[in-house]
Amino acid sequence: MTSVLYDVPGPKARRVSLIGSIIGTVLILGLAAWIIMTLAQQGIFEGRRWAIFTRGDVWTLLGNGIIATLSAAAIAAVIAFPLGLMLCLLRISLVDWIRIPTRVVLEFLRGMPVVLMMLFVLLVFATNSFIAVVAGLVLYNAAIFAEIIRAGIQSLPKGQREAGLAIGLTSFQSRLLIELPQAVRRMMPSLVAQLVVLLKDTSLGYIVAYGELLRSVQVMADFLGSAFLFPVFFVAAGIYIAINLCVSRLAIWIERRGSKKAAGGVAPAAIRTGLEPGGNDPVAKDSVPGPEQK
Amino acid sequence: MKSLITRRKSLLVAAGAALALTLSACGGGSGTNPAPVDKPSFAAGSTMEKLSKAGSIKIGTKYDQPLFGQVGLDGKPVGFDVEIGKLIAAKLGIPADKIEWSETVSANREPFIEQGKVDIVIATYTINDKRKKVVSFAGPYYEAGQALMVNKDNTTITKPEDVKGKKVCSVTGSTPAATIVEKYGAVLVPAATYSACLEPLRNKQVEAVTTDNVILAGFVDKEPDAFKLASDQTFTKEPYGIGLKKDDTEFRNWINDQLEAFAKDGSYKKAWEDTAGSVIKTAPELPAIDRY
Amino acid sequence: MDVIIENLPLYWDGLLRTLFLSAVSGIIALFVGTLLAAARVSPVAALRGFSTVYVEVLRNTPLTIAFFFAAVVLPRLGVRFEQFEVAAIIALSAYTAAFVAEAVRSGVNSVPLGQAEAARSIGMKFGQVLTLIILPQALRTVIPPLINILIALVKNSSVAGAFFVLELFGYGRQMANANGDQVMAVLLGVAFFYLLLTVPLGILASTVERKVAIAR
Repeated sequence: MTSVLYDVPGPKARRVSLIGSIIGTVLILGLAAWIIMTLAQQGIFEGRRWAIFTRGDVWTLLGNGIIATLSAAAIAAVIAFPLGLMLCLLRISLVDWIRIPTRVVLEFLRGMPVVLMMLFVLLVFATNSFIAVVAGLVLYNAAIFAEIIRAGIQSLPKGQREAGLAIGLTSFQSRLLIELPQAVRRMMPSLVAQLVVLLKDTSLGYIVAYGELLRSVQVMADFLGSAFLFPVFFVAAGIYIAINLCVSRLAIWIERRGSKKAAGGVAPAAIRTGLEPGGNDPVAKDSVPGPEQK
Repeated sequence: MKSLITRRKSLLVAAGAALALTLSACGGGSGTNPAPVDKPSFAAGSTMEKLSKAGSIKIGTKYDQPLFGQVGLDGKPVGFDVEIGKLIAAKLGIPADKIEWSETVSANREPFIEQGKVDIVIATYTINDKRKKVVSFAGPYYEAGQALMVNKDNTTITKPEDVKGKKVCSVTGSTPAATIVEKYGAVLVPAATYSACLEPLRNKQVEAVTTDNVILAGFVDKEPDAFKLASDQTFTKEPYGIGLKKDDTEFRNWINDQLEAFAKDGSYKKAWEDTAGSVIKTAPELPAIDRY
Repeated sequence: MDVIIENLPLYWDGLLRTLFLSAVSGIIALFVGTLLAAARVSPVAALRGFSTVYVEVLRNTPLTIAFFFAAVVLPRLGVRFEQFEVAAIIALSAYTAAFVAEAVRSGVNSVPLGQAEAARSIGMKFGQVLTLIILPQALRTVIPPLINILIALVKNSSVAGAFFVLELFGYGRQMANANGDQVMAVLLGVAFFYLLLTVPLGILASTVERKVAIAR
């Protein structure tokens, strides 16, 4: 656990740091305890309110919500990724009349709230709410994927492309066969982090009445009455965080696996690790932009 | 995750069943299944004939309006709007289980009708002139009125004029929200659903909640110790209509005839008693049909 | 298109509210996010731990749930606010700060090792290394991703429409309901006003990106 940002702490600094850490931990635990006490005083943790989670139909509804959330996210991701690759290739094309319109389209897609896109698809194309949600997610995330991969290609050493052209590949072949695979591998952490954003964005499906997890929870709280609002939302928050943490862990796992493979090829990344205590950075190691936040 | 759920479920199934009994009472009625008419006959080429032959009907309703159209834990909508839909379907010879319910939110009611995604919309759908430009309305089948709900200890608000300059919660983009701002000068605090307004009211961050009286009555009924209606008087008239494709006059007239028939044979009253009647004891009369 | 012109004051009001929410939350998020990133690389274990947990939890929570906590749970804890804009700003800045922290942290990681080593070798302490040497260089490389985060923030503020604040998207829904015959036009108008905010930011991001690339 050493970092280049500071000297290895001596015994005095370590003691100060330890005392600080203990005080900080106590303060945070105290705050948490106070929050729980205050809520408990208002009866939010009464057994009666939490007893609904012993009901089968509550879990069926939650389960359906989780399935709806995951299936919309999975299908959107599967479509958005190849589309993003394609948009990226068009975006970095050497031909003006391909590159410039693509850029306009990408700016447009990036600048629109996802809720609006979902609503548009629903109203203009008269689709059902599932297709509207998936289409909204695909349009937006394909644009983001394209931008992330483009940043990855730009971060590659120039020699990669030059070597590709030197062995007689066309510009397009070099992009497709040499640069794109490396860029995708390099940006894998950002791409997976964007997946988390995509997953969270399914919750915007409320606007087109898609029965995903958050909507199920809303429906449940409305139906059961406001006494159950807090339990139901706490459980929903827990489920979301659990699912997303799993996907994030996946990102870190992929990144570790990827960095082993790429260790020989990517010099700058190898130099730059180690600033971070612990050294595992789930986000990009280079100056390339991180995943866009939802 | 799944195994955990099933284990919990099987462990506590008895307790759950007992609780389910007590909870189902607060859902605002469980709904009925009116018997479908056997082989009704309609003029050739009419919408009624088409639907009747197809043996199914697509009805749009709201899923988050207590007492009118609210989806239960089993995913099926219940409420007065739903009952009216079932009655109409029965007259077409369509049993309740052949109705395809779909949720309409405020922004997609007109487009859904225009695009034929639903055959009719029964969704606390106030008849107004702008909407009449793109869809036609049968009915009204119910006339709601806007009211105010306040905290139990509030004595300062008794009429809509009292909310001038005060914060009032209502649903973004709903008709009552527009009225309270434009006519009575309240400061709107917009929420996603009416139930979302309860917490700010309880925490005294807003002074009142406004929408149609029946919905508010539902909230007061669930928490009589916390909330009350500011007054029994309503201050607007919200005629709820049944939306259908523009200029399908034949279908509109037919639905109007059916509504009058429901009022006569008591099924209208029964639909009310099974749903909203659990909160508002006096059943309404069918309003005068607007045959424009 | 008449409906857009008729309702221009509403659009304008919504646009200003959206801009206000985004600007205030953006400034707070940049500040808090940078602090969190500094805590993440600091020598004090508790600070690192706190920062990590904060960022992980907030990044993995849907914004809607963050809003729920700010607008509904906080008042229950005795945090009273007169205006719901406060809740919206708390939710938006708490949420965005986590993303800012991640971006700044990857920026810190992008500064070559030699910089920190050189700074330490001339006797600088952690605080000096960070504020005088690393952060100024890091912030420069993270400006494009930070602008992307701000773009997302502008769009995220639309969630406030469901939590007691009337902003652009909320007005959009209101107008769509009031003008059932012209829903499409109303929504196109909303889209236009969002693009009015986000497209210039996007262009700014790519300009800065080019500038930074040349400077290296």
